[in-house]
Amino acid sequence: MSYKTIERTTEQLTKEDFASDQMVRWCPGCGNHAILAAVENVFPLIGYKKENFCVISGIGCSSRFPYYMNTYGFHGIHGRANAIATGVRLFNRGLSVWIPTGDGDSLAIGGNHFIHIIRRNLDVNIMLFNNEIYGLTKGQYSPTSKIGKVTKTSPYGTIEHPFNVGELVMGAQGTFFARVIDTNPKFITEVLLEAAKHDGTSVVEMLQNCVIFNDGTHDYVTGKDVRDEHQLILKHNEKMLFGKDKTKGIKLGMHGLEVIEIGKNGTIDDVLVHDMYRKDEGIHLMLAQMKPPHFPIALGVIRSADYDTYDALFEEQIVTAQKTGKIRSVDDILNSGDTWEV
Amino acid sequence: MSGNKKILNKESVVIKFAGDCGDGMQLSGTIFSESAALMGNDIATFPDYPAEIRAPHNTIAGVSGYQVHVGKETRIIGDECDVLVAMNPASLKANLKWVKKGGLIITDEDSYNEKALEKAGYTSNPLEDDSLSSYRVIQAKITTMASETAKALGLAPKSAAQTKNMFCLGMIYAIFDYQLETPFNLLDKKFKTKPQIADVNKKVMQEGYAFAENLELIESKVHIAQVELPKGRYRNITGNIATAWGLLAASERSGHKLFLGSYPITPATDILIELAKYKSLGAKVFQAEDEIAGICSAIGASFAGALACTTTSGPGLSLKTEALGLAVMTELPLVVVDVQRGGPSTGLPTKSEQADLNMALFGRNGEGPCIVIAASSPGDCFYQAYNAAKYAMETMTPCILLTDGNIGQGSELFRIPKVADLPDIKPPVAKPNDPDFKPYRRDPETYVRQWAIPGMEGLRHRIGGLEKTDIFGAVSTDPLNHAKMVENRSQKVQRLANRLPLQTVDGEKEGDLLLVSWGSTKGSVSTAIKEVRANGKKVSHAHFSNIMPLPKNTGEVLRGFKKILVCELNSGQFANYLRMTHPQYQYLQYNKIQGLPFTVQEIVNQINNLI
Repeated sequence: MSYKTIERTTEQLTKEDFASDQMVRWCPGCGNHAILAAVENVFPLIGYKKENFCVISGIGCSSRFPYYMNTYGFHGIHGRANAIATGVRLFNRGLSVWIPTGDGDSLAIGGNHFIHIIRRNLDVNIMLFNNEIYGLTKGQYSPTSKIGKVTKTSPYGTIEHPFNVGELVMGAQGTFFARVIDTNPKFITEVLLEAAKHDGTSVVEMLQNCVIFNDGTHDYVTGKDVRDEHQLILKHNEKMLFGKDKTKGIKLGMHGLEVIEIGKNGTIDDVLVHDMYRKDEGIHLMLAQMKPPHFPIALGVIRSADYDTYDALFEEQIVTAQKTGKIRSVDDILNSGDTWEV
Repeated sequence: MSGNKKILNKESVVIKFAGDCGDGMQLSGTIFSESAALMGNDIATFPDYPAEIRAPHNTIAGVSGYQVHVGKETRIIGDECDVLVAMNPASLKANLKWVKKGGLIITDEDSYNEKALEKAGYTSNPLEDDSLSSYRVIQAKITTMASETAKALGLAPKSAAQTKNMFCLGMIYAIFDYQLETPFNLLDKKFKTKPQIADVNKKVMQEGYAFAENLELIESKVHIAQVELPKGRYRNITGNIATAWGLLAASERSGHKLFLGSYPITPATDILIELAKYKSLGAKVFQAEDEIAGICSAIGASFAGALACTTTSGPGLSLKTEALGLAVMTELPLVVVDVQRGGPSTGLPTKSEQADLNMALFGRNGEGPCIVIAASSPGDCFYQAYNAAKYAMETMTPCILLTDGNIGQGSELFRIPKVADLPDIKPPVAKPNDPDFKPYRRDPETYVRQWAIPGMEGLRHRIGGLEKTDIFGAVSTDPLNHAKMVENRSQKVQRLANRLPLQTVDGEKEGDLLLVSWGSTKGSVSTAIKEVRANGKKVSHAHFSNIMPLPKNTGEVLRGFKKILVCELNSGQFANYLRMTHPQYQYLQYNKIQGLPFTVQEIVNQINNLI
């Protein structure tokens, strides 16, 4: 219930309230600049007091993020942002916790914390910058690099199957998963606002381009020539339509999702309507798995299911114990059980 | 109830209850020690159990023991046993070497069948050959007698046989002339929801008592001397429980709620289990997915204003080292409790050692000074945990508290303090909207920075693992700034010594021999010194609780002696630390690395070799 319980501001905040005085040191042309702008835009929209935002990161290009935001910020160690953020949020539910992280930070060295924070459904917002490469260490393959990818540490091509972030999130019983691309800051802002409103762990996968070490890795989705065919922008309660003139749609067939062309091998009535609040993750998982050449990639909020959050249950146990518990002080503990006077 | 038997008086007695895992030896031990304490004895206890939860039946590996030292003054659990209760051949075989010559062995004849003897590794029955001739042995059909009593009260045969531990306990109470009222009350409490079981156990205990009363072999009854204690309210306490309570007390006094991020590990888990109970005090206890998440969640909570703690043992401390460096760099308060066990690697999980000192002092990449302190006894764990929290918060630096399996799981009498009487804890919390706040501005005396807590107005700032500029806290790789920040962090820890108590010496300030100890060995060393002093020798003792930084007068203390003997349960880590910090003195070492505490006799022998 953080969206309703974190203290809100009466001030009219703007982007400038969150801009830091530090020089942003990402490479020119890096997708992170657009994401930063989107986050600076969304914080005033969310409406919390500016002191209640906390940005917690690990290590990697993405993880320099806290230095570029004027909030309370913590730049941690590699892979541990989700664990550090767990302590922040559990200790103070009055804070809105944002975790910029990367495909190395959260899916390789920090994979354990990533799956467990999601499994617990702690109310935090994870922004997973996925550029399918290790940027800060200058170009080694990551757990999301496409199979066969030639990098400095895979001169013969990778022989590892990449993670699909959405599959991993839903496999860990995730309650919120969205996907955006760094070329559309306005859309990122919209999706992050949805993430902020969600009670529980929200994971927003950001397809982000590393101009230096993996330029163009998302071109098959973002390229001008293909984007209409390869992007399905999901909106709650709307038909799943895509293509230049929205003439294609997604249908649930006998063996899973299918692409239909309206008027050719299906009608508009066959096209699925997106229900992001659906609790059953079946269709959400299928949507997250879609990829070219046979399918478009699903963008926007794929899943936003309402479940209890860990921090709410954690607090509830404490509040109940404080009402009913017999132990009111450490003196009570010290004098409990068998004691005697000498 | 002493009947016609003679009365012998003894200063103290060591009793060990040993049997197969599942024979109820831990229960016998705790009931006996609790009741002895309630009836006026000083106590020290130590459970000694296998790493396996249910090791193979009747084997040496499956022997579970509980040693109790009762008497007038029991600083240690005792070297050798006056009485061994051995429920089966394996427990006799495993423990015989710890029984005093002439000591009493009570053993269950029913368990000495061919198979059990073979499993224990006996080629002949020790009850029939001459191998026990230097001990007094009571061999009796304990299972049979206990079962008959219990069955008559309606228990099924299997459950009836399980009451044999109570029969033995009854015998012990008779031999030492204790009344049964106190143990009966403990049983009533223990089986509150099953009064029938309580009654059966009481009846069997009474039978055991009567059986021992009528034994001709027991010619006399032994009265164990009562403890002379300062006035106050007392209880029995283990080190792990005391650690948990010390942290809670520090939370209460500092006004910062406790956050514990931990992952279960032997022998530290009991602290996590204990703290998980106190939600009514607002304690936030988080069982993390691993050791790293344990410390990292604690660091996050510390950033958010908690008294943040993580508890572990050696292998877990290894996993936490990178994050410890982060806490050093961000200058956040953090308490790390290491209940040491035998190492390296998985090592001896249920045995004790003091071999993590080097890791606590030096186990970080880069220059990463932490505060390091150690507890000397189960009850001292309360005060040292309190101090660890105080030092960490007031110095904005991680503090590692070293305890170990011996004191963590062992227990002793504890004089209950009032929380209000404990020293103040005043963390340097920043004031909201302070226009002068800078993340790394320091107090000129203490070098401590301020704690600005997320949510506070007007203090937004960023901290992290990268080196920061002095005062302002911006990311910096400037060479001279780095040198200055390294010095600042080091000075901050060193200057804590200005606020710590001076090192004390037990005995003369100058002389031929100073024994130096730290941590859980205090009891053995001080008891040995008491013993040699009784024989006219002059030996002094300096026991260190504060290790990093060392007390300011450490050099003065060491200067007064011709010989300095450093006793520790490792290969010389504290001795080497003293060589490094005070190289002008010569240090002799006495080390033991067997997963066992020092015996008093071992220390006495060392002293006698030197003077």
